[in-house]
Formats: sequence, C-alpha cells, structure tokens
Amino acid sequence: MHRTGDLYGQFETLEQQKESATLGMWTFLITEILFFGGLFLTYTINRHTYADVFSFSSRTIKLSWGAINTVVLIGSSLTMAMSVWSAQVGKKKLVTIFLILTLILGTVFLGIKGIEYHDKYVEHHIPGASFDMYFCTNNPGACNLTTEELAQERTELKELEDKVGGPVAVNAHSQLFFSLYFGMTGLHALHMIIGAGLLLWLIVESMRGRFSPRWNTPVENVGLYWHFVDIVWIYLFPLLYLIDRH
Amino acid sequence: MSTSPTTPAVHQLPEEHYLNSTYGLRSWLLTTDHKRIALLYLASVTFFFFIGGIFATMIRIHLLTPNGYLVTPETYNKLFTMHGVAMIFFFLIPSIPAVLGNFLVPLMIGAKDLAFPKINLLSWYIYLVGGCFVLYSFATGGLDTGWTFYTPLSSVYSNSAVTPAVIGIFINGFSSILTGLNFVVTIHTMRAPGMTWFRLPLFVWAQYATSIIFILGTPVIAITLLLVGLERMFHLGFFNPALGGDPILFQHLFWFYSHPAVYIMILPAMGVISEIIPTFTRKPIFGYTFIAASSIAIAVIGFFVWAHHMFLTGESTYAALAFSLLSYLVAIPSAVKVFNWTSTLYRGSISYDTPLLYSLGFIGLFLIGGLTGLFLACLGLDIHIHDTYFVVAHFHYIMVGGAVMGYVGGLHFWWPKITGKLYPEFLARMAAVILFVGFNLTFFPQFILGYLGMPRRYHNYPPEFQVLNVMSTAGASILALGYLLPMLYLTWSMRYGKVAGPNPWPATGLEWRTPSPPPTENFDVTPVVDWEAYDFKNRPDLGLTQPSGPALSPAHGDD
Amino acid sequence: MSEHIVSPKIYLGIFAALMILTATTVYAATVDLNEHFPGLNVIVALVIATCKAILVILFFMHAYYSSKRTKLIIFSGFFWLAIMLALTLSDYGSRTWDLH
Repeated sequence: MHRTGDLYGQFETLEQQKESATLGMWTFLITEILFFGGLFLTYTINRHTYADVFSFSSRTIKLSWGAINTVVLIGSSLTMAMSVWSAQVGKKKLVTIFLILTLILGTVFLGIKGIEYHDKYVEHHIPGASFDMYFCTNNPGACNLTTEELAQERTELKELEDKVGGPVAVNAHSQLFFSLYFGMTGLHALHMIIGAGLLLWLIVESMRGRFSPRWNTPVENVGLYWHFVDIVWIYLFPLLYLIDRH
Repeated sequence: MSTSPTTPAVHQLPEEHYLNSTYGLRSWLLTTDHKRIALLYLASVTFFFFIGGIFATMIRIHLLTPNGYLVTPETYNKLFTMHGVAMIFFFLIPSIPAVLGNFLVPLMIGAKDLAFPKINLLSWYIYLVGGCFVLYSFATGGLDTGWTFYTPLSSVYSNSAVTPAVIGIFINGFSSILTGLNFVVTIHTMRAPGMTWFRLPLFVWAQYATSIIFILGTPVIAITLLLVGLERMFHLGFFNPALGGDPILFQHLFWFYSHPAVYIMILPAMGVISEIIPTFTRKPIFGYTFIAASSIAIAVIGFFVWAHHMFLTGESTYAALAFSLLSYLVAIPSAVKVFNWTSTLYRGSISYDTPLLYSLGFIGLFLIGGLTGLFLACLGLDIHIHDTYFVVAHFHYIMVGGAVMGYVGGLHFWWPKITGKLYPEFLARMAAVILFVGFNLTFFPQFILGYLGMPRRYHNYPPEFQVLNVMSTAGASILALGYLLPMLYLTWSMRYGKVAGPNPWPATGLEWRTPSPPPTENFDVTPVVDWEAYDFKNRPDLGLTQPSGPALSPAHGDD
Repeated sequence: MSEHIVSPKIYLGIFAALMILTATTVYAATVDLNEHFPGLNVIVALVIATCKAILVILFFMHAYYSSKRTKLIIFSGFFWLAIMLALTLSDYGSRTWDLH
C-alpha cells in the first residue's frame, strides 16, 4: 500500500486513519488489562491466603520510595498529557519539551525502582536460593536498618512464626510475596522501558517538526500507553506498599 | 461468445492480480497484502497440521494393541502432548481466522486491506518465531505435560523441554492478539459505504466474535504461561503447593483462556458454514440477526463456563454447580445456529457441491459434539466420564468434525477466489465423503470406549477394548486419506484447474464481485453496497436462471 | 469525529486531585481502619486507587470526550477482568474446606 503524505494507502481519509489508530491502541490496552489481570488475580488469592506474612513482607519495602515514585509517575502523566495538548494546538517546541520532561520523569522512576531493587538485593529478599527473610535480623549491620527497626522486625517475625508454623513457612510465603512483587513491578518496569523507547522516538520525530494539529496520532497513542502504565502503578502502589502499614 | 445457462462462459484470469503483481521471495516475505499474508499462513498452518498429524498417526498405531509396542510409555506421553500443542496452538486457533479471515475480511467488507497491514505481517512472523520455539522443544526432548501444562508437573517435575514450549506458546499468543486487534479495528472503521453492520456477511460477524476472544482471552494464557516458565526457571512457587502456591489457581487462569479458545476454533467455522449454506440453497439465510447475535453470545458466554473443566479438582461444590448451569447456556446460541441453518436448507434449491457436503457434515458432527458437551457439563455425569475417551471423542467432534470440516469446506468454497482456479469437483466430493466416514469411524468408537471407562492419555488398555481401538485406528487411516486427497488436488488445481471466473457458484458476497484472483487493491473502485446480505432475489447480476427462494409447490412437501 | 482539545487547566486540576488522593491513601494506610470494619483498610486503598484510575482514564486519556465505541471497548476490558476475578474468587470464597 502506498503512502501519500500522512495518509496510508489502505485508508480513504485522514479521519478514518486516526479513528482506526486510536481504536487499535485502546484495543491493545484492554489486552494489557487482562495481561496484568492474571497477575492481580494471583496476587489477590495469595494475599488472602497468607494475609499476615504478606503484610509483614510489604512493610519491609520502603513506603517513601513508593510514594515518591507515585508522585513522579503521575507527574510524568501530566507532562505527557501536556505534550498531547501542545501538539493539538500546534506549539511544536512545547511538544518536544514536554516529551523530554516525560522521559526524564520516567527515567527517575526507573532509577528509584533500581534503588529499591538494590535494597532488596542487599536484604536477600530476591526470590531464589539465597532468599532469607531472616537475613537482616541475623546479620545486624548488613542491611540499612536502625536498631529499633531490627528489634521491631524480630518481634514481628516471632509473632508470625507462631501464627504460620515456623520459620520455613514464613520464608516460603514471604518468598511468594516477593515473587509477586518482582513479577508485577518488573513487568511494569518493562512497560516503562518500552515506553521510554517510544518517547525517544517521539522526541526525535518531534524535533523534526513532524507533529501538527492535523496529524499527531503517535503522540496521542504513546500518551494513551503511558497513562495506562501509570494506572497499573496506581494499583500496584497500594497493593504492594500499603498493606496494613498501621 | 454468448452466455446462456447451457453453455457457461469461458473465463480468463485477469491480467494482473495479487499473485502476479510482483515476483520473488522478497515480495512475499515483506508483503503487507492481507491476501498474500493469508497464503503465508496457509502454508505454515498446513505444516503444523502435518506435524500434529504425524503424532496422531503414531498414537493410533500404538493403540492398535492393548500393550502398545510402538513406543515407550514416556514417548507416548510426549506424542499426545505434542499432538495437542501443534494442533491446537499452531493449527486450529490460527487456521480459519489467519488464513480465510485474513484473506476475506477486507474483501467482504469492501476495504483495500486490513487497518494495520504491517502489524498483520508482524503477526505472521511472531507466529513463526513461536512455532520455532515449539519445534525446538519437540526436537530436544519433547514435551510430556499434556497440552494443558498442568502444574506442578509442568513447572517442577517434568523432565521434558517445557520451557521452550511455554515460551513458544507465549510468543504465539501475541500473533493471535494482533490478528484479533486488526480484525476488530478493520470491521469497525473500514467498511465500504453502505456496508452497515447488519449487511455484513455472517462470516465477518463470526470473525468479530472470535476476535473478542483473541483480545480478551489470549493475554491471560500469556501471563499464565509466563508464570509457569518463571516458576520453572527460577524455582518460584506461584502454582507449586510445596512452596505455598496453588495449582488450582493455574487451572483457573489456564481455562479462562483455553475454554473460550474452543470457541476461537468453532466460531469461525460456524461463520464459514453460514456463508456456504445460503449459497448452495440459493436462499437468504434464515434468521440473519439471530445467527449474528448468537456468535457474539457464544463469545461472551464462553467466558463464564471455564471451571467445568475442573469439577474434579477440589474447586468449591457451589462454584461447580454454578459453572455447570452456566455451561448449559452455551447450548442455546449454538442450537440457534443449527436450527437456522437447517431452516435455510428447508425447501432451498440445493446443489450438493463440495462446500455444501462439508457443511452438512459439519452440522451433523457439531450436533453430536455439542450435545455430548452437555453430558460433560452435567456435574454428576462428568464424575463418571471425566478424563476418559468420552472427552477425547467429544472434543474431536467439535474440533475436527466442526472446526476442521469448516476450514476444509471454506477452503474449497473460496479456493476459486484465492487461486482463480476450480478444483476437480468429483474428486472433491469423494474426499468430503471419505473424510466424513473416516472421521466417524475414528471417533465414534471412542465415545463407547470412554463410556466403558477407558481413561485418556494411557499408553495401554485392557484387551476387551481392542476391537473398538482397532476400529478407531482403521478410521484414522481413512481420515488421513481424506486429508491427503484435497491437499493433492487443490495443489494440482492451482496449475491445471479450470479458470473459475469471478463468481463461479454464484454467491452474493462482495468478495465475489471482484476478479478471481483479486487485484492487490481488492477492488478497482471502492464498492458501494445497496443490497442486503444473501439477497439472491434482487441480484440480477448473479445470472441465476431459476427464481430463487422456495420453488416447490406446497403440495409437494409435508409428507 | 471531531477532536476535543482538553485545556491544560483541566490537566492541572486532575493532577492536583491525583496528588491529594495519593496523600490520602498513604495517610489512610497508617491508620487502623480494620478495627471499625474488617478489611476496611484494603477497601479504602482500592477505592482510592480506582478513583485515581478513573480520573486518569476519563481526562488524561480523553475517554470522557471519546465516542461510545471507545467507551464500550474500555468498559469491556474492565468487565472481562471482573469476570475473571469474580468467578475465580467465587470458587475460593465458597469452598467448605481449606487447601492450605
């Protein structure tokens, strides 16, 4: 099919082309809902079965990082939305600026995620052979925790053992939590990385002045994708970070 | 040359069409033409059909004798697993949508191509990559988990090449998703002027319904198999009870997709039948809106019934009861279709051409397959026949008797459009009959075997089951002939067949209003549709010599 | 389909609302609501998350201004998710035994 200007050959009009692209993007996004949905279901069932261990494991993740990341990501959604607006009203420079801002915020998010993953690595909370919920309490000083925090963790672990029947069960069930934690945040981060790649492409195109009020479908569709990834995080944050913080 | 009913016009192939517009391997491997991509899919699903067929043949040969001397028990497990994986994920699911659907949806709605031609090509490459992973798994140790990949066998205990297979099916899922996405968008936004929703051919409705399942079901199997793969590679415990996980959760997630996947296979075949029957009865289809709505209904209700595969797993009795009742609901739209097809046949001026023979076969076999499905949906009865050959016979009646009959029938029906050539009619009719006989001889004995208690997936059986097993194997060899024949004469006809002309049957759809084979852009001018679907009466352009519709006098019928 | 341009004012308003909701959900998690009603903490967290998601979908993603067809597609995505969650949980919730 030949392409005439912005119009691909299979379409009759630009309107039809835009409509198809938007519809296609939404259709893709609902497949993503179901894709993440399988993980959310797995999480829900395990969270229900192992409520105590899950809330304990959740408390070993730093709330502050999660909250900051939520703000960062929602901020990036704002800048993304603003770049769509700029394209629609024909402010070509602003499109580029907002896209770059979005990319920066997205990178900040991934960086913070990296710090969090690193903490979990140090604490031996990465599922696998070296997984050990008792690592920090057994090796004071190895983890970045204060003495009070460690003492608190010790008492909570004791209580948990009595509830679920010993340290082996505590380890097994919290490993499930962290498998889900890494599965869900990892898949989310992968989507962010893909999104960052798309943003890079948009920035290059935008610098060439490609996006105009007449034709800005890529900006809009990448925007839809980016907001969707934001929504996934909006759910991940309370589910993974905010279990029984009281 | 004058045209009259007795001396049919001599047709010539159009000078330039989609097959000869460009030449060379590149022009095929980088094509974005939906018709060429359909042919690429045709070649690849046929390849996987062969692979699956070889495994099936070995299974049937092995089961000739009670003790089975052909292969070891371990190999037998691999044979039925690989048969299932190849046939379901790489043949049945893509067969009609990706081959016939790809070719026909744009033609039927009067579009130049699908909405996203490059994504269409991408989906074929994704299919190939997924297929390579699965073939790699077959070649390096095989796969012995059953096509269902139940955990913890698949995630922990199996020593076969589960990981590449799971990756392959995961990748292949995206091919389905992209095809479904393309169809949904195309059907929404690319219809020709005048082609309203209720003028769409029922095949398009069926593709739309199928796409709903592709889009909303496939992601779930993708994430589930991804988790199985992760569990296997990193020893995680999502579905492993030894580590606190839950195998029943796996089954929920698996069947959430894999039950509707059955409708992915059967719905497009129903669409094919809905095209063939009016054409060869020269009558508008009876109950157009009901057939269209029942396709959507099957796609939707199909998502509410999955746990009837799990009655004996320890799921809640109350949930099982609800799922059993919901499963009965699927029978309603399915029966609506069968009644409407039968009513269309009633007093039609029927010509028993090959596609119609396949359709009649489809109706009978689907009826048996569907009704035995109700046996299995019945909680009490399922306890007796669960995991027996009754189940095997049931789903082969749906998938082979239904989906494959529809696929082969559709291939015959549209072959003149695809290639511009006619196949030898007598041979084709013979093949249809051979297929029907061979199929029944293969699978009907399995109903009896199952009812008598022969479990599925066993490599040996008590001697008293031998007669029925021999019958089944004998039937399988007839069935194989029934498949080989069309492959041979269809290939032969591509070169030596008579030129078909644009509308050889004649049929009413838009796809028959363009030359066979169609030009790359499908239509020379964008068609404007001002007729209803299957309206033979008001279509003088079809050149029908007899008045269409009920031609018999009332005194003639009602005996 | 004429395009609707959402003004930056609305975007900023939505952003502010999302920030307030984020602060609320973090605060709500540190208070023990479960003593009033079992599971209230989770319910509050999910309701707030859903409000945020709805705001993002309606305004950032322009669903509020889009065609019925797009709305139907969005709805069907969540509806199917609900089928999966509800029917699976109906099994777990109605079991008279505990597998674990």
